[in-house]
Amino acid sequence: MTSFTAWVIPCLIGAAALMAELRGVDVLPAFIKGAKGGIRTSFKILPSLVAMLTAIHMLRASGLLEALVYALSPLLTAMGIPEETAPLVFIRPLSGSGAMAVAAELISRYGPDSLVGRTAAVTLGSTETTFYTASVYFGSLGIKRTRYAIPAALCADLAGFVGASFFTRLLMG
Amino acid sequence: MSIVWCGIIVCSIIYGGISGNMEQISSAAIEGAGAALELIFGIAGVMCLWCGIMELLEQAGALQGLARIMAPLLRRLFPSCRGNTELTQAISANAAANMLGLGNAATPLGLRAISLMDGGKGKATDDMCRLVVINTASIQLIPTTVAALRASAGCATPLDILPAVWLTSILSVTVGIGATALLKRWWPD
Repeated sequence: MTSFTAWVIPCLIGAAALMAELRGVDVLPAFIKGAKGGIRTSFKILPSLVAMLTAIHMLRASGLLEALVYALSPLLTAMGIPEETAPLVFIRPLSGSGAMAVAAELISRYGPDSLVGRTAAVTLGSTETTFYTASVYFGSLGIKRTRYAIPAALCADLAGFVGASFFTRLLMG
Repeated sequence: MSIVWCGIIVCSIIYGGISGNMEQISSAAIEGAGAALELIFGIAGVMCLWCGIMELLEQAGALQGLARIMAPLLRRLFPSCRGNTELTQAISANAAANMLGLGNAATPLGLRAISLMDGGKGKATDDMCRLVVINTASIQLIPTTVAALRASAGCATPLDILPAVWLTSILSVTVGIGATALLKRWWPD
């Protein structure tokens, strides 16, 4: 599997270059034109990223996340989410690196083939860093009124957390 | 978004004040701002790479082909795609990059798509909300990062979670799309 996934990126780059060359595109200037757009985008999303990451670092330092996990874990267990993976429910939408750290810790402590380790892996693999993504997308255009985007995205996240626990137990429990 | 942001900050300060974590919060705020710049520096090069590759694919006509395949589905999900080839191409390329697990390639494409939907009113349209929800719900076919994480923990078959990941992704994307259709009623345009 590692050998297969290692092929994806190099082949995509190679195929793009080759296809463009064969179609008579002036390859290097075209690439550079596209890459310039990448720089503009990167810096356009910086201010909203500063806002989001400042708030999220404050939240993590305050200890509120742990308190929430503790308070709400009976509810999550009732939804079929294992007690051990409950912290992921709160950290996943907020911080990609934070969720990665929590999942890595669970996988190494309980083992990659344990129910907890697998649930953590499936949860991480089938959800996204919702607040980061939303702030990048809306921030890049300066959109303030995001209407129902966040509530709808959180519904999808909740379905993802419950689904990950359910399907892991069903298929591999 | 503004409410969420204020809420996170105020709740953190209140809880941190009660539990005596104010010093950590103070340094975390400064750290977070710095982390944003570090993150941008970390991904800016890769963003440029993928934007360059996408430009090549576009000039070679590959994006148009992809867009043709996905157009029937996209027109259904995003009414503003109708008669807008540039937008159809951007969304289909964004979806393809997401499925391949190329998050850093998917972001600039998704940003192009959302900018093509923007009417400049400072307000999200239904299609914008739906695009963001689909991008936050993750539709990755092979979660490479997670597989690497499991392999490094000594797992011999790191991809045996794939069926569970796919079923979960289908569920969460379906719920997300359903939620946009439902919640639209309470947040009229």
